[in-house]
Amino acid sequence: MYALEVNHLHKTYANGLVALKDINLTVPEGDFFALLGKNGAGKSTTIGILCSLVNKTSGKIKIFGHDMDKQLYAAKSCIGVVPQEFNFNPFEKISQIVINQAGYYGVPWRVACQRAEKYLKKLGLWEKRHQPAMRLSGGMKRRLMIVRALMNEPPLLVLDEPTAGVDIELRHGLWEFLTELNNSGTTIILTTHYLEEAEHLCRHVAIIDHGKIIEDAPMKSLIQQLHVQTLVLDIAAPLDDAPKLEGIKCRQLDKTTLEIELNITQTINVLFAALNKAGITVVSLRQKINRLEELFVRLTQPAGVSS
Amino acid sequence: MNLIISYPNRVALYTILRKETTRFLRIWTQTLLPSAITSTLYFIIFGKLIGSQIQPIHGVSYMQYIVPGLVMQAIMLNAYSNTSSSFFGAKFSRSVEEMLVSSMPDLTIMLGYTAGGALRGILTGCIVLMISMLFTHIHIQSFTIVILMAVLSALLFSLGGLINAIFAKKFDDVSFVPTFILTPLTYLGGIFFSISQLSPFWQKVALLNPILNIVDTFRQGMLGTSDIDVRFGFLLVTVLFLILIGWCMMLLRRGTGLRT
Ligand SMILES: Nc1ncnc2c1ncn2[C@@H]1O[C@H](COP(=O)(O)OP(=O)(O)O)[C@@H](O)[C@H]1O
Ligand SMILES: [Mg+2]
Repeated sequence: MYALEVNHLHKTYANGLVALKDINLTVPEGDFFALLGKNGAGKSTTIGILCSLVNKTSGKIKIFGHDMDKQLYAAKSCIGVVPQEFNFNPFEKISQIVINQAGYYGVPWRVACQRAEKYLKKLGLWEKRHQPAMRLSGGMKRRLMIVRALMNEPPLLVLDEPTAGVDIELRHGLWEFLTELNNSGTTIILTTHYLEEAEHLCRHVAIIDHGKIIEDAPMKSLIQQLHVQTLVLDIAAPLDDAPKLEGIKCRQLDKTTLEIELNITQTINVLFAALNKAGITVVSLRQKINRLEELFVRLTQPAGVSS
Repeated sequence: MNLIISYPNRVALYTILRKETTRFLRIWTQTLLPSAITSTLYFIIFGKLIGSQIQPIHGVSYMQYIVPGLVMQAIMLNAYSNTSSSFFGAKFSRSVEEMLVSSMPDLTIMLGYTAGGALRGILTGCIVLMISMLFTHIHIQSFTIVILMAVLSALLFSLGGLINAIFAKKFDDVSFVPTFILTPLTYLGGIFFSISQLSPFWQKVALLNPILNIVDTFRQGMLGTSDIDVRFGFLLVTVLFLILIGWCMMLLRRGTGLRT
């Protein structure tokens, strides 16, 4: 069973802007799926169509097998959404916001109150329940929207850039919560432009660029696709020229910093053997950029520019 | 029909109604009080001070004559501005998306808001009627006409306010219709005069004003006197209501002003 099937999805906005061009995606039940892309790539448009805030131009979408054209209400009841922008009434009390949301889904009041308590406690908002939403901090507002999205206990939770503007500590707390939720069976789709987030959380990644899916693969195989990794070394003794290392590309950034490019067949052992041979002592080593980021840069480079 | 009656949709409908009712009760100084104050002023100034020097119209005192119109005016304006400001507010804060993403049908959104606005209209209408009792005695001639007309008009204008809010892009857009269209039409709608006082030509023109027909039908129910046939009044309100229902459902289905 697929939690989500998207076929040949197109979107042209009223002003003529073509936001999505033939999007095809399948997300299996129980998956943790990332939709990755730069700003303006079309992530929010895709999410907007899934939760019917944006009208699609053409294409077919099924949520847990329910066709959005034919079984709209069944499809909608399977999905909970955390939008990118805050979209609650800032004057309304937190408990009201979440209980009303449950009501819109037809969850009876008594059950709604129990769920509100459960999820508000879980996300650390229970103490604030009597306050109007505008009194919450940015991170709390984000969590309020997560609680709200869970009120119909949807089998599919969609989050649009849930950790944008959330500080690191809170981000990790959120990741933990989402992982736990996913482990208990909820399918999760999130969009992000933090690659680290996708790498840390998700099992599948689709990369969207200019309204097109340019990559759709399990995270592992995506990482394996990387043919090169770039390392930056700080060395003990200053060098005047870049050292010659056998079969390894090496560039000098300054007297005590080297940039090394290893291809997929070269291990770090090979590198160190060569460094030993050249008598170079390495103080520290780091990856120049996250490997996924490297892939991302390669994939989203306009054709012709990539080397 | 299943769309309204199914249990989840009843819960959703009740949720909107509860939210709407608490909203207008919480801000009663903006929603209920103004009508109470203006109608009191009308009763004092037009009814008592000026009215005492005016001949009875169709056999009722001027004070009694203006009661139905003022009650109906309160119903219409309050029903209209309740949905228009509440729904536009929801659009403005984007909290309307909470309803749009949920599994409740558009029909439930329409019914919930319309009923919520109608409730405020009827409540303010009752307040104005009670205030009128401080000034004069009203012996209601036909409860059926009064209640039916009050409910139908409240629903009609509430729905009108919803459609206004769907189209509105800024706050000015929701005050335009009440200020420049509804209020003038209510004053020309025979609250303070009988069209029999007008020349035949202006009588015909005045009858084109739907609000005059509504007010007059309501007056027939309350005082047993009117210038028009009540059956026409009911037909008019019902037809207008059905047209607005169709229009509103079409707008919601298309997502006009709500979905991009
Ligand atoms: N309502 C709209 N009308 C016209 N263009 C829009 C609208 N919303 C988004 N866009 C455009 O569609 C493209 C995709 O936007 P979006 O889906 O928000 O990207 P992302 O969420 O990946 O940053 C962008 O070029 C954006 O400017
Ligand atoms: Mg976005």
